[in-house]
Amino acid sequence: MSNTLLELKDLHAGVEGKEILKGISLSVGRGEVHVILGPNGSGKSTLMNVIMGHPKYTVTAGTIRFEGEDIAKAKTFERARRGLFLSFQTPEEIPGITVENMLRTAKQAVTGERVKILPFRKQLRAMMEELRIKPEYAERYMNVGFSGGEKKRNEILQLLMLDPKLALLDETDSGLDVDAVQIVSEGVAKYHHAGNACLIITHNTRILEKLTVDRVHVLISGRIVEEGGAELVADINANGYTHIAGAQAGE
Amino acid sequence: MRVAEKKKTYVEDIERTLYDIRDADNASYKSETGLTEEIIRDISARKHDPAWMLDFRLKSLATYNSLSLPTWGPDVSELNMDEIVTYVRPNAKMTGNWQEVPTDIKNTFDRLGIPEAEQKQSLAGVGAQYDSEVVYHSIQEDLVKEGVVYTDMETALTEHEDIVKTYFMTLVPPHDHKFAALHGAVWSGGSFVYVPEGVAVKIPLQSYFRLNAAGAGQFEHTLIIVEKGASLHFIEGCSAPKYNVTNLHAGCVELFVKEGARLRYSTIENWSRNMMNLNTKRALVEKDGIIEWVSGSFGSHVSCLYPRSVLRGEGARCEFTGVTFASKGQNLDTGASVIHAAPHTSSTINTRTISKAGGKATYRSAVKVTKHAPFSKCSVNCESLMLDSASRSDTLPVMDIEASEVDVGHEAKIGRISDEAIFYLTSRGIDEDEARAMIVRGFVEPIAKELPLEYAVEMNNLVNMELEGTMG
Repeated sequence: MSNTLLELKDLHAGVEGKEILKGISLSVGRGEVHVILGPNGSGKSTLMNVIMGHPKYTVTAGTIRFEGEDIAKAKTFERARRGLFLSFQTPEEIPGITVENMLRTAKQAVTGERVKILPFRKQLRAMMEELRIKPEYAERYMNVGFSGGEKKRNEILQLLMLDPKLALLDETDSGLDVDAVQIVSEGVAKYHHAGNACLIITHNTRILEKLTVDRVHVLISGRIVEEGGAELVADINANGYTHIAGAQAGE
Repeated sequence: MRVAEKKKTYVEDIERTLYDIRDADNASYKSETGLTEEIIRDISARKHDPAWMLDFRLKSLATYNSLSLPTWGPDVSELNMDEIVTYVRPNAKMTGNWQEVPTDIKNTFDRLGIPEAEQKQSLAGVGAQYDSEVVYHSIQEDLVKEGVVYTDMETALTEHEDIVKTYFMTLVPPHDHKFAALHGAVWSGGSFVYVPEGVAVKIPLQSYFRLNAAGAGQFEHTLIIVEKGASLHFIEGCSAPKYNVTNLHAGCVELFVKEGARLRYSTIENWSRNMMNLNTKRALVEKDGIIEWVSGSFGSHVSCLYPRSVLRGEGARCEFTGVTFASKGQNLDTGASVIHAAPHTSSTINTRTISKAGGKATYRSAVKVTKHAPFSKCSVNCESLMLDSASRSDTLPVMDIEASEVDVGHEAKIGRISDEAIFYLTSRGIDEDEARAMIVRGFVEPIAKELPLEYAVEMNNLVNMELEGTMG
């Protein structure tokens, strides 16, 4: 069996006729951690949404393969059931649906099995404790009235409970104070093992401290202009994007 | 090989099959269609009204003839009173024993789960009206010993004539509007509840109104008096099978909540889609009294329903919780009205309306804080959800504040299910239909949890889940 989980080949995608991703190719294998860096507006969040199948975006060329199968036409829920997960930059508030109910429904959907209430609740409470989310939040409506940090921790809670094969983390660490970044990065580290993978958008190196970064991709204007190992993160943090090859090539 | 279980969920109308089973028309007597003095005299004679009631009916008829249709709200001009049968006596006498209720009528109430709820003691008393008359009434013995009266209006008119005469149509006088006048002329059936001072009725009483006859009207009158410091939860349910002719419901509910008393009045209305539901409900609340309305409007072709609370005593409170679901061919105009007429009164109105498949749902409210009501509080929260582009929703909240030192809050939202919310849920593996259903369920959840248990089940039918298992 191939070790490759996600494989993008020459992926072009956009919204309402405007091309945002202009030929992305990358490959994420089991056990790996990939980081996507890039200035604002370079197409990072679009890339995450396109991989997850947001109906707003249209794939105009190229392929998205997951475990060898073309999923470019699969619906979002089908991708989730195959093992994809997106941690949202701005998680939606859903009134009337409690965290526990939504997670149990989602768990049943992705596993295709009935989830028993009591063991599930026990696991949920344990995970919440690790993420330092107060137990009463299980009964609160999804993200309604949560602070920014609470929403992000709630995303990681879902990541841990649903245990996908590939986690797409869209700035899960942005807007958080030092302690919250610590909690979130511990959560991601707890999730990650040799059988799954992470694709992380970040502006922050702290979330990466507890992870071994395998590959870094620099995305500018819808294209990957530079790739390298973990050292690229420190380089860009120190020097910015202007020195990167192709960044100002006026393509 | 076992194929993964397929799950299909969709946002559906209320499952109506249960309600649509019609009984054969076995009525023992039906009045002529239309509305004449002769018909009113005939109804009154058959009901053995005291003289003052006949007089009241005839005056109401004159008032009816002098008033024109309301100029606001849904168009009710398609209602032709000349085609409505105003009085249908079922072929049954009122009894306290289900075995004595004719089989076809008993079966209807069995299907609706009324005797079962009574047996499980989740109800302390039950009234069941079939067409124009109450066919069954019961109340637990211990409540009778405490002086609680729960009976049909006809019995009340005989056994508690003074009380009825004191209160009957004083809160909703016949000249209030055309259909109040109609009600005054042809009313029949309904419930009378009297809770003496200091008595707490801990288990709800429930009346169920069933209209079986095609082309008929139901005009039941509900009169509830909760004396000083007493409390009660009263539930009313209504349904009818569907016919191709117009049926009319013009009931009237008058609630008197005395000093420090508390009354919760819950309604689930699920009339068939040929019903004109023009109902009038009012509560008069004295010092420190509390009226709580819980109102679910799911059925009927056209509804106009705006329960009014008059907060007459200092510190009186009103809490109104309502949900309305309008689907194809329905125009449901619902809401609430509150009059703050004393200092330190407070009201909360919290509603959700849903429209789908071309249905129209309007939220309409009027809150008046008179100059006699300083230091009052009022909070209105009305939210509407349209499930498709063919459906319509309006919110028409009116506030009229004459007093100073008043705390008023208002929030109105009209929206559709957001694509981002669907994307969020589907990104967790939940399919699109289920995601929509979850969002709709979530939208009405704050209301659903206020409903009586047996009706919460009915509420869940709003957003119907259908599971299909396939074996390969």
